[in-house]
Amino acid sequence: MNETHLDLHSIRKRLEGLKGQDYWRGLEELADTEEFKTFLHQEFPRHAAPLEGALDRRGFLKILGASLALAGLSACARPPTPNEKIVPYVRAPEEIIPGTPLLFASATTEGGFAEGLLVESHQGRPTKVEGNPDHPASLGATHAQTQATVLSLYDPDRSQFISEGGQVRSWQELATTLATTLAGLERGTGLRILTETVTSPTLAKQLSDLLVQYPDARWHQYDPTHGDAALEGAQLAFGEAVTPRYHFDRADVILSLEADFTNSGPGRLRHAKDFARKRRVRHAEDNMNRLYLVESTPSPTGSLADHRVPLSPSEIVHFASSVAHELGVDVPAGEQPEILDEHFIEELVKDLEENRGSCLVIAGDSQPPEVHALAHAMNDALENVGSTVTYLEPVEAQPVNHRSSLAELVLAMRAGDVEVLLILGGNPVYTAPADLDFESALANVPLSVHLGLYRDETGIATNWHVPQAHTLETWGDARAFDGTTTIMQPLISPFYGGKSELEILATLRGDPEASAYDILRGYWRGRVEGNFDDFWRETVYRGVVASSESGTRDLALKSFTVELPSEGLVVLFRPDPGVGDGRFANNGWLQELPNPFSKLTWDNAALIAPATAEELGVRNNDVITLSVDGNSVDAPVWVLPGQAKGVITTHLGYGRKEAGRIGTGIGFNAYALRTLDRASTAPVEVARTGTRYQLVSTQVHHALDGTGERRHIIRSGTLDEFRAHPEHPEFVHPVEHFQADLYPPFEYDSYAWGMVIDMTVCTGCNACVSACQAENNIPIVGKDQVAVGREMHWIRVDNYYRGDLDNPELFQQPLTCMQCEKAPCEPVCPVGATVHDHEGLNVMVYNRCVGTRYCSNNCPYKVRRFNFLQYAELSNTATELSLANNPDVTVRSRGVMEKCTYCTQRISAARIEANRQDRQIRDGEVVTACQAACPTEAIVFGDINDPSSRVVSTKASPLNYALLEELNTVPRTTYLAKVKNPNPALVSEEAGVH
Amino acid sequence: MAVSSKKTARAVVEIDRVIGKGEQYGAIDDVINDPVLAGPLKTPRWWWVGFAIAMTFLGVYLTSIIYLITKGTGVWGNNVPVAWGFPIINFVWWIGIGHAGTLISAILLLFRQPWRTSINRFAEAMTIFAVVCAGLYPILHLGRPWVFYWLAPYPNTLGLFPQFRSPLDWDLFAISTYGSVSVLFWYIGLIPDLASLRDRAASSFQRLLYGTLCLGWNGSAKAWQRYQRAYLLLAALSFPLVLSVHSTIALDFAVSQVPGWNNTVMPPYFVAGAVFAGFAMVIILAVPLRKAFGLEHLITLRHLDNCGKLMLGTGMVVLYGYTVELFMAWYSGVEFERYMAFNRVFGNDHWWAFWLLIACNGLAIQPLWLRSVRQSPFWLFVISIIVSIGMWLERFVIVAITLTKDFLPSSWADYKATFWDWSLYLGSLGLFATLFFLFIRLLPSISGTEVKELVHHDAHHGSDYLEDIRADFFQEGKTGEAGA
Repeated sequence: MNETHLDLHSIRKRLEGLKGQDYWRGLEELADTEEFKTFLHQEFPRHAAPLEGALDRRGFLKILGASLALAGLSACARPPTPNEKIVPYVRAPEEIIPGTPLLFASATTEGGFAEGLLVESHQGRPTKVEGNPDHPASLGATHAQTQATVLSLYDPDRSQFISEGGQVRSWQELATTLATTLAGLERGTGLRILTETVTSPTLAKQLSDLLVQYPDARWHQYDPTHGDAALEGAQLAFGEAVTPRYHFDRADVILSLEADFTNSGPGRLRHAKDFARKRRVRHAEDNMNRLYLVESTPSPTGSLADHRVPLSPSEIVHFASSVAHELGVDVPAGEQPEILDEHFIEELVKDLEENRGSCLVIAGDSQPPEVHALAHAMNDALENVGSTVTYLEPVEAQPVNHRSSLAELVLAMRAGDVEVLLILGGNPVYTAPADLDFESALANVPLSVHLGLYRDETGIATNWHVPQAHTLETWGDARAFDGTTTIMQPLISPFYGGKSELEILATLRGDPEASAYDILRGYWRGRVEGNFDDFWRETVYRGVVASSESGTRDLALKSFTVELPSEGLVVLFRPDPGVGDGRFANNGWLQELPNPFSKLTWDNAALIAPATAEELGVRNNDVITLSVDGNSVDAPVWVLPGQAKGVITTHLGYGRKEAGRIGTGIGFNAYALRTLDRASTAPVEVARTGTRYQLVSTQVHHALDGTGERRHIIRSGTLDEFRAHPEHPEFVHPVEHFQADLYPPFEYDSYAWGMVIDMTVCTGCNACVSACQAENNIPIVGKDQVAVGREMHWIRVDNYYRGDLDNPELFQQPLTCMQCEKAPCEPVCPVGATVHDHEGLNVMVYNRCVGTRYCSNNCPYKVRRFNFLQYAELSNTATELSLANNPDVTVRSRGVMEKCTYCTQRISAARIEANRQDRQIRDGEVVTACQAACPTEAIVFGDINDPSSRVVSTKASPLNYALLEELNTVPRTTYLAKVKNPNPALVSEEAGVH
Repeated sequence: MAVSSKKTARAVVEIDRVIGKGEQYGAIDDVINDPVLAGPLKTPRWWWVGFAIAMTFLGVYLTSIIYLITKGTGVWGNNVPVAWGFPIINFVWWIGIGHAGTLISAILLLFRQPWRTSINRFAEAMTIFAVVCAGLYPILHLGRPWVFYWLAPYPNTLGLFPQFRSPLDWDLFAISTYGSVSVLFWYIGLIPDLASLRDRAASSFQRLLYGTLCLGWNGSAKAWQRYQRAYLLLAALSFPLVLSVHSTIALDFAVSQVPGWNNTVMPPYFVAGAVFAGFAMVIILAVPLRKAFGLEHLITLRHLDNCGKLMLGTGMVVLYGYTVELFMAWYSGVEFERYMAFNRVFGNDHWWAFWLLIACNGLAIQPLWLRSVRQSPFWLFVISIIVSIGMWLERFVIVAITLTKDFLPSSWADYKATFWDWSLYLGSLGLFATLFFLFIRLLPSISGTEVKELVHHDAHHGSDYLEDIRADFFQEGKTGEAGA
């Protein structure tokens, strides 16, 4: 109490000091002072930082009202100050119709590269992202991680206030501190800025302006998954940095050297689209591309390969060198990997040479620079440059080797040369190479400021932390893999007063009041011919700056040497398919997203091949110690068929110490093994600890041999087999079966919805799973519930293996509710909670469901999901995460069954619209969430009563089959059998496809 | 050889008498009614101990239910694909146990088997209590138990009716019909005995209680005539129930298309299993009961012998069911069925359950071929316990293990029961035991009326003469056998 009095007293005292016009309008004005804040914090802890705790309803509505009322441009305004008007909703803004969502074009960045988005906004509340069909890096598709971005936006664990050593500070205080410190730095000596990969033209301009203003300041970049090797490879091959642009739509034969090009790296979604378009086969006369792929750990792209060989990283170098040697590149031939067929390289080279100019060699990011250079050389030798691969001006603002850049910074930090360090995004304390020990170097920096979405490991280690505005909260720009620029617009004003990089840099340059919007417009104003407002409206609306692609380059190949490595057991570092490099660790959707192949959730593991497991004498869930150069971590083992022998794959992004309530303390930190020189692989020593750890997978592993084979779940054959029986391929209909039913078929006189999933192009990337989760308000259940088989995903991707344990064929099969015509679930429900509707949907009436679960027992596909506990947030326990809910979809309570509805809410929306216009729903008007997200367009949906629809023509393919058709369930969702196009020369000799 | 057959001869008693020789009406009334009419302080100690244990488990039951309703179905081990687990296993188990009661009271009555009289009362009580235990399970098993009445066809503002194609709805009718007919049958049978209790009541409370319950029974010829008529009619009503109830329960499985469930053999096989389990439970209850109340002369070895025979017979039918099931799985040629059968018998995780149930239900009953075993209360009791466990395992195999591996290998998963699964099961045993202890303390556990009829029959239609002849005959037969 005494302190309170003292504080009030000092405030009064300060007020007494004011004279004349120095009125104060309210307590806000005093908020800057230390005394006031301390007082306020003690007296009204909740109001000291209004957004410190969970955002309350009133506060949210206020912000919501403001952002709505000033829809569009003003949505990026900071929370209203007394001078700004908020407008009551009585006079609604024009475009907003309650209940009808609006779409806004924007973009998200992956590794700095833009992927265009259309963000669905319900009354000012973004709930779902879709790909922007106009954006070259998306063409409408999205990645699984992108789908989860909405959840990150509403994450209640995001940092909510500017802080210095954990104490709340104001923006002005930070600006003052920076200004004072910078004033003391002659020419900016000791000022260092650390960013992630920068492709934003505006940010790049700001940085270069800053470096002009402070010539001695330095800009460093560090992104743990940056393609340093690709950059070095280009240096090696061409002597300069260059961005290769791969044209999979022109390639008939592709050799991938561990490139998971459909699923990772810049341009992944576009690559997937282009690749799938050349691969899709409906009829025997259709042509298919052919993919040869060598990799150490199974990847989604690998599951599509016609010839996939698991090789260790060093074997890949040998293999690449051998192929290049055969193609006439001046490099030594490598050793023949043991697992490889002896004619493999010979036939591969023949195939490549036969397709000169229409083949493509691509190296993966984790490959050493030499392999990248070899890929460039091979493309050159095969005359692919200019057709299947073009070289562009670098898209990155300043392509540098990120690890060297960070190492340079740490060196300076240790030497005490760094006075001010600004970390704009990223989490280097967690992600930096272990041997740099970034955290201890940070202690040498007198003033360090971290801008981040979370007050993470770095935010705690720095002096200051500033909450970063989420991509959907602020203005910005970014370039795509081909250089196309997007102006990113915000969908909602920053929840927690977040700042963008642009605003921080403006502050450094003495303008703390500048808004991202003004900075961005300022940059573009000078670069536009014609009417700027027209440009702006058009560009922001479309989400793409017209003709902003990078220019192409003609490059001369230089000669280089390749050193052929030899190594024993190695560990491979990969970003996690779910949580990436760790930045999505607090995102429950991504934590619970089953990893492709292993189907692990909520953990990372040491993935090893069955043969290696035997050698090491370990099995699933055994904990082993991995040691690299004296650093070691304990990791649980997961045996993964398809993994290369002698390779242990670990996923980065786990073992977070300060990720938030979801992501802290799960998994092990693979960064602890990753050193400056060994960023993608490292020789490793393995020791058994004798302890066990419970990993949780959503599927037990199944080889397709034995009973699985006889069940004809996966139907797969080669293009040649298809062409041998173009009307009735044997592999599609291995067993004849006859339909018989007591009941007459249903009649549908309006629409009849149906779906086809093309297994030939499905990569199993999980985009559909994540999109479905976002669209249908599917709750996460947590590791303990997944462990007992209660995950809620409405669509899942089953995976199966066939053939050799050491080199199996991989199969992916997405499974949703099949919407059976004769649904076994319907007759067994005692209360009629699951019924057939007039359009053939098997609909689930949640509030009629009493939860007998008989429907689930009787569902042969096991696609029904039951709310065993209260998984969804209830109104009285809701956090901000509930704001991500789709208002068109019911949130289910405990005790009811749920399942895929074919996005019935989207069908309804289209039906209402069509009825209003007195017409039928057009083909393609209803797009399910999974279909929209799919990068390879493997999912086709539509009205099977409309003979001209895409779904009807797709189902007419001889490859069409119904899963478990012998049960006479007559599923509306059918599959196109997986067709592979192996090299005939290799098939006959191997007696199987590999 | 001669020694062993002598032993057998000594252990075996005459089997055609239902009750002991020379019983008197009054003595029977004393034996049956005295423990009921005794004042609270005269309640035997063993009753208090048993009742306390039963109540403890009843507490466990209630705790489990409260926790279940607070948290949700997820407290159990159920998952997808094993959406049905312990609750349904226990439901089927309890319902099965009830069957012997109805069989004894209704079918044996209609077939005029006088040996049923001493055991029908408590067997019927057992049926009712088992139905109570069973009936609560499907309700608790629901995801939202508080709306269980949606399964019933009642007029409502939603304009919704149950979906009658679902076997679960048939269940509702089967169980409720079974429950109500059993209660009626039991109660009607009790009325003369309640009147007898009223007439001998020691306190005004007892007079009031039994006087109310006996519905003004006056013992007139008209009352007797109507009583007999009603009793026979109800017996005729119950007869088909014995077959239909468990057949309906079996349809829960047979109607589905789950491999291992979708079998036409299910209904008869379930009925046989139910009678089998029911007789095991009758023996489990009868053996201690006749000891505790000194009823050896009323529940004689003949009763136990017959129960043993029925157990053996139905047990062999069940065993045949297992064989047919496996044969049909193979003979169908359906991959899913074949794998299911293989998985049950040799599957990695649960093969033990199958072989244990074969041991319990198939092997353990084989000694019942021997009359000496059938007439040994101890061995009958032991075998009955084993059979009860075996029948529980059978339901475990059918319900849970079948579901773990169905059509798509990708969705296969294991099933592990949790603490709350077990606590609810043990708790339901507590509920059963509590009700049973109350029953034997408050109501006559043997039908005095019917036993007295038997005494009357014995006395007035004297079978003693024939009895002696027959005794002589058996004596000779045995000697002859020993000689050979």
